[in-house]
Amino acid sequence: MELFINVTLDGVANGMIFAALALALVLIFRATRIVNFAQGAMGMITTFIASSLLGQGVGYWWAFLAVLAIGFVLGALVERVLIRPLQGKSELNPVIVTIGLLVVLEGLAGTIYGNSSRGFPAAYSQSGLTVGHTKIAFSHFDVFILVAVLVLMTGTLVLFRATTLGLRMRASAFAGEISRLLGVRVGLLLTLGWALAGVTGSLAGLLVAPTSSFGPYFMDLVLVYAFTAAVIGGLESPLGALIGGLITGLCISYVGGYLGSGLQPLGALVLLMVALMARPEGIFARPAARRV
Amino acid sequence: MTPRHSLLRGVRLPSQPLARHLILALGGAAILYLITSSLSPYNDFEVGEIALYVIALAGLSLLTGVNGQISLGHGAFMAVGAYTVALLMTHTHLNFIIELLASIGSAALLGLVIGIPATRLKGPYLAGMTLLLALALPPVADKWSTTFGGDQGLSTTVPTAPGTVNPEEWLAWIQIIGALLTFVLLANLLQSRYGRAFRAVRDDEVAASLAGIHVARTKVTAFVISAACAGLAGAFLGLSTGVVNTGEFPLTLSIQLLAAMVLGGTGTLVGMWWGAVLLVYLPQWSTSLSGNFNLGSGASAYLATIIFGVVLIVVMIAAPTGLQGGLRWAWRHVPRFGSGSSAGSLRV
Repeated sequence: MELFINVTLDGVANGMIFAALALALVLIFRATRIVNFAQGAMGMITTFIASSLLGQGVGYWWAFLAVLAIGFVLGALVERVLIRPLQGKSELNPVIVTIGLLVVLEGLAGTIYGNSSRGFPAAYSQSGLTVGHTKIAFSHFDVFILVAVLVLMTGTLVLFRATTLGLRMRASAFAGEISRLLGVRVGLLLTLGWALAGVTGSLAGLLVAPTSSFGPYFMDLVLVYAFTAAVIGGLESPLGALIGGLITGLCISYVGGYLGSGLQPLGALVLLMVALMARPEGIFARPAARRV
Repeated sequence: MTPRHSLLRGVRLPSQPLARHLILALGGAAILYLITSSLSPYNDFEVGEIALYVIALAGLSLLTGVNGQISLGHGAFMAVGAYTVALLMTHTHLNFIIELLASIGSAALLGLVIGIPATRLKGPYLAGMTLLLALALPPVADKWSTTFGGDQGLSTTVPTAPGTVNPEEWLAWIQIIGALLTFVLLANLLQSRYGRAFRAVRDDEVAASLAGIHVARTKVTAFVISAACAGLAGAFLGLSTGVVNTGEFPLTLSIQLLAAMVLGGTGTLVGMWWGAVLLVYLPQWSTSLSGNFNLGSGASAYLATIIFGVVLIVVMIAAPTGLQGGLRWAWRHVPRFGSGSSAGSLRV
């Protein structure tokens, strides 16, 4: 029973991180119909930059903010330089380009920072909280993860539901040509979508790094788990990303707790295949009509 | 591939596809025989490696270029082929050919398992699922380390060479024959109604199904064939390295296969030879390159990774048809001696 509770709590904390990265995938997919397979690697590289800043003696929160800003710029840059030229081409082209970016970033991180995994500090203590007299597997840092991701989710929802900017972003994703006629700067808003996804990805990197073996490949598995989460949630809905993240986090955690951590990716694969077989368009997507 | 693009313009090849492809394969075999018999054993080993990667790349090119389904997880199918042949060699004394067929079969079976849900998926979804596959399989082999040998892996043995042939040349020949057989089979397949169905499904699923093509069955067939090719390539890789362990099948292998396929020319078969040459020689070039720049020994592996990534990005943005597409374009557009007049023309 104690194992079950601890595994569940662990799953919730991981699920929130998967939700954050899944949100980044959703932000990009709903605007450009592209899955950014380099999102995890972009978070990896910004986390390495954070690590360098911390090594230079910069305070944690300054480094935190700086890295979110770098993520913003990186996201915008990737959209303008690599993704814009692919507009109107086959849907396989952006997949291949983002995969290329993934390995370039991993190669760069490996060349600059070396292969050995180093530590990355957490914002708060990582030892478990004490409830009554027992120590549970949920730390101050996990509480921070929970709060940070919930703030992020709320911010995204408010942006899309309650602001003119969000309305324009939704409009340009939904009907780019018409929005352009109505004077919306669609190109700029697509770049903004990628930039916001860059911020979200950077946050995910900062949240994952303390609890993983921080190295060039530390976001690979997180990315595919986040992809699973985003697909379960329908790839279009921020709320779906949150719920998909929790489902994926819990599944991974139960597989790890009861069957061994080596089977976690396989568990995610089974979950993804089941989700795609049962409901390929995700739980939260509206039924789509297909025009012939 | 087709006689129009064949280098031997003056030579009339038979119009019957099987006969034509067999003649081309025999010609390729003759050239490769001359090459391998004049090379050192180590270079023979490399030619064998090129041949094995060509097999995997041809399968990937068929899947992605001809049928429009992407796979970021072909390394996983190679791993299944390699482990199958290694397990059979460790525990049984079957005929070598049967062991290879078992590798092909087991990879094809996994291809079926992945291919069936894949029929309902569009590009990015399938890409994500196969990416997850590439990351999911190696830890499974680590988990049951008593069966799969853990870090040490399982060893393989190449059948003894006949007569005075040195073992490297013999292995290279086994791999070359495998590659040429694969090419004849795939080239024939692509000109048959199956090949036309693959292309029709890639271009427009609705139109294909209106034309009476069973879309789902066609996509699964392409996936199974592609996985089978990767399985054979994996078995050959296991023979080349002598040991099969999980370290040989990282995610980067799958991505390097994709990069080599894209560079060679997605959807072509002949272009895969360029891609395979890149796969075998690029790591060596990057090692010497990083030596020149005095980068650490660890950096050379990353340098190769970076180059593969840059290849993926640049080719996709600048030249999506790859090297083979560029060669075809050049062949059609470069002015030739005597073009336009048939008499006295210099046929090359």
